[in-house]
Amino acid sequence: MDQHLLSIVLFAPLAGFVILLLIPGSQKNLIRLWANLVGFGSFLISLLLVSRFDKNIPGFQMVERVDWIPTFGAQYLIGIDGISLLLVMLTTLVGFLAILSSWNAIDDRVKEYYAMFLLLQTGMIGVFVSLDFFLFYMFWELVLVPMYFIIGVWGGPRRLYAAIKFFLYTLTGSVLMLLGILTLYFQYHQQFGAYTFEIEKLMTLDMPLGIQQWVFWAFFIGFAIKVPMFPFHTWLPDAHVEAPTAGSVILASVLLKMGTYGFIRFSLPLVPKASVNVTIVQILAVLSIVGIIYGALVSLMQQDWKKLIAYSSVSHLGFCTLGIFAMNPNGIAGSVIQQINHGISTGMLFLIIGVVYERRHTREIAEYGGLAHVMPKYAIVFAIAMLSSAGLPLLNGFVGEFTILQGAFEANRAWAAFAVMGVILGAAYLLWLYQRTMLGQVTNGRNLHLPDMSAREIAVFLPLIAWAIWIGVYPKPYFDLLEKPVQQIVQRVRPDYYQGAVKADAGTRQHGGVATMQAGAAQ
Amino acid sequence: MNQFFTAADYFVLNPAIFLALFGCAILLFDLLLSPDPKQRKWLLGILVVGLGFAGVALLKQQLYLNESGQSQLTAFQGALTIDRFALLFNWIFELATLIVAIVSYNYLDIEGEHHGEYYALMLFAQCGMFFLAAGTDLVTLFVGLELMALSFYVMVGFLRTDKRSNEAAMKYLLLGAFSSGFLAYGFSLMYGLAGSTLLSDVSAAISKRGPWDPVVFLAMATTAVGLLFKISAVPFHMWAPDAYEGAPTTITAYLSVASKAASFAFLLRIFLGPLASARPSWEPLLTVVAILTMTVGNLAAISQSNIKRLLAYSSISHAGYMLLGLIAGNETGIQGIAVYVLVYAFMNLGAFLVVVAMRRKNIIGEDLDDMAGLMYKSPGYAILMLVFLLSLAGIPPTAGFLGKYYIFLSLIETHHYVLAVIATLYVAVAIYYYFRVVKTMFVGEMVEKAPLASSFGLRLALGITGVMTLAIGIYPEPILRLAQSSLLK
Repeated sequence: MDQHLLSIVLFAPLAGFVILLLIPGSQKNLIRLWANLVGFGSFLISLLLVSRFDKNIPGFQMVERVDWIPTFGAQYLIGIDGISLLLVMLTTLVGFLAILSSWNAIDDRVKEYYAMFLLLQTGMIGVFVSLDFFLFYMFWELVLVPMYFIIGVWGGPRRLYAAIKFFLYTLTGSVLMLLGILTLYFQYHQQFGAYTFEIEKLMTLDMPLGIQQWVFWAFFIGFAIKVPMFPFHTWLPDAHVEAPTAGSVILASVLLKMGTYGFIRFSLPLVPKASVNVTIVQILAVLSIVGIIYGALVSLMQQDWKKLIAYSSVSHLGFCTLGIFAMNPNGIAGSVIQQINHGISTGMLFLIIGVVYERRHTREIAEYGGLAHVMPKYAIVFAIAMLSSAGLPLLNGFVGEFTILQGAFEANRAWAAFAVMGVILGAAYLLWLYQRTMLGQVTNGRNLHLPDMSAREIAVFLPLIAWAIWIGVYPKPYFDLLEKPVQQIVQRVRPDYYQGAVKADAGTRQHGGVATMQAGAAQ
Repeated sequence: MNQFFTAADYFVLNPAIFLALFGCAILLFDLLLSPDPKQRKWLLGILVVGLGFAGVALLKQQLYLNESGQSQLTAFQGALTIDRFALLFNWIFELATLIVAIVSYNYLDIEGEHHGEYYALMLFAQCGMFFLAAGTDLVTLFVGLELMALSFYVMVGFLRTDKRSNEAAMKYLLLGAFSSGFLAYGFSLMYGLAGSTLLSDVSAAISKRGPWDPVVFLAMATTAVGLLFKISAVPFHMWAPDAYEGAPTTITAYLSVASKAASFAFLLRIFLGPLASARPSWEPLLTVVAILTMTVGNLAAISQSNIKRLLAYSSISHAGYMLLGLIAGNETGIQGIAVYVLVYAFMNLGAFLVVVAMRRKNIIGEDLDDMAGLMYKSPGYAILMLVFLLSLAGIPPTAGFLGKYYIFLSLIETHHYVLAVIATLYVAVAIYYYFRVVKTMFVGEMVEKAPLASSFGLRLALGITGVMTLAIGIYPEPILRLAQSSLLK
């Protein structure tokens, strides 16, 4: 079982999906119970990954390799490093909580709903563990169909529009990405005379900058739409607003990370020359900063609670991409941490909207006000989520944003200056949202007798709150986990980076440059 | 003096002989049966046995090739060639005929037009297809084409009392005859160039003259028109939507899969045979045609409200993708066409089978709206249709992705980057109209509650196509090896 632990984590939801199909659709509670069990079980199994993972080993661990389509060299090749481990854990945890939170919210076509969620779960984990590009592409596309149905069947009034928009945007990006993949594949065949999709082998390619740039842009379209980066973000508010609560949670917490993960795992190491190309880095940094500020400004103007959080995602994900293209250990490690943070805090914020939406069936901010008097527990949870998202020290958001800003500062001071504006605006729209909905007198009579959160609802938030505090107070294990993989990526993209650091440090510690750097990141 | 009909000739011709004989047997036996539609089951039985005999004959040929290590068997002084390419296509025809036939049994009852000739015509059509895939002589190919086409003209108009069916058959006949004229003209020029009807002789003559020789160009252009008509490439596609809509749905399925596969086999024989050396002159031409075909097919499909027309336009666009493989022209591209035709057979048959099931007594069931809420009426059909549509759109892990994968890869390998980008972007367009159907099935409000038609044959056929569409997508290795060994060199 030990050798196949990762496969078990990957396919547990799929197995649950198959069994779920056998349960008759009329047994709604049985279906709910089963889906929750599968979600919880998958999370527990994935905890084993953490205990088996050795952060001191560079490269991928728990690798499983089986020939799959020898004719064109595709393999079933999976494995994890620190980055994927964190994202897998995020997926299994948030996936379970999303399923748990749907118990009362979904009463229509229950079986199909949970079936889609379990299928989605396998697709998302697959994206984060695939080390073979063909396999990766399969999982990448597998995610689209269940998400289309989750938005399109259980969503709000404009759900069909939002669902197909989501589908078309991401599909357009991914088919162009496919062309990039095929170019690499073909280049490898030309240079080495063999066909392979294995990422580590493709990394040995030596391609001229021209081709690398084309491949980079092909990948960029695929990943940037998924993230989404400005100006490809327009599908996101629609999808978020129309999706059911759990759908928004999964979308924001996990699905968007597929894009940022793609940049880190594929764009940077596979086309390093293009990735450090000054023009490309400038363009990406500017797009990230525009995303940060634009997302925040638009959030300020929203009347719809959910749309506000949706646009805040654009802003937060801008930080993540900015960190990546700072191209230094702080930036990239910060970006990964921030991806997890965004998963935790935005996931919580969407869940929080779900709680009141189930009671009032409206998301107009103006409909609420003074809820803290009626629902005190709710107000506390919301406060924690909001502060974690705004980046209050001792909560997770601060750690991520701070590290990214460090990285950005190191790369270009102007970037850091602009990004800081995003932090300030972020605090503004979140605090204002909290003030308008929670504080003051109860302005709307219909809110006077809203029940506070139930035990199940609180249970959904507890793990996320705990995780947020853990990262905020003691982030060292996370930085330790990311040290090796991030170092490898930076080494690959900027081979001179560490040498420079060593030289600068040469007087005191001959080889200590890396360690100092990492220690700095951990603080 | 060569002996005219040797044992070797017989061995090569065997499948066609069986198909023709059993076709005649159906016609004769039909006379003995009472007019009760139930009696037609015997005819279906004869057809299946005939397919079985033809299948055994094909299997023998396949085994012979494997054992002897030869790459091909020729007969009739080179007029017929059985190579792995011909065999692959013949297997596709066998499959398509079998699946369409077992589904037709119930369908024709519902349409109230259950006549024995139907089954005979299917065998005759398949006999024609055999010659299209195996023919290496202009006359053999032309006769094969006409045999197939004539059978189809009748089958398209098989619903005698239905105005649309009659109209479709008439249109198909007139335009088909017109295109055959072009083809015959091109062939006559080729014959004039070579003084022989053998493809190998024509190849030699054309390569001697070079691609830009005016006669060669004229021969190429007229032949291309005839062939492009058969695969319903734009601008010679006008007949397809009408014929597809008017024909009995089973025949639409048959037409869109078997006839298209046979025409592609024919097209490859000509373009990779006699016209191979004229590539510089036809490559730009076919590039324009392929782009137009994908454009018109995909864009016109968006606004269709009749599901058969929608699938007709989708099938036009697929012809465009397959042409891209020929334009790329390297091994990957040709292999891609073989893979594409194969997976297309399963997924497109499957999609049409669901449309066949929509036809019930008193319900035409061809409108998109008729599919509304299908998920809550017959979830099995809806999910299968979803699989077929995803596959048609080329979303992994379904079989259709593989076809597209090879086409894209071949374009990249041959540096046709712009074509590759156009082709990929049309995938997104395609998903839009395929998902109109999905949306209707899964989200639409149910209009009528009558359950879908169901029979053993239909369930079996849907089972085969559905399982294959998924299985090929998830584990394509065997199929890829088959396609790889079937390359037309």
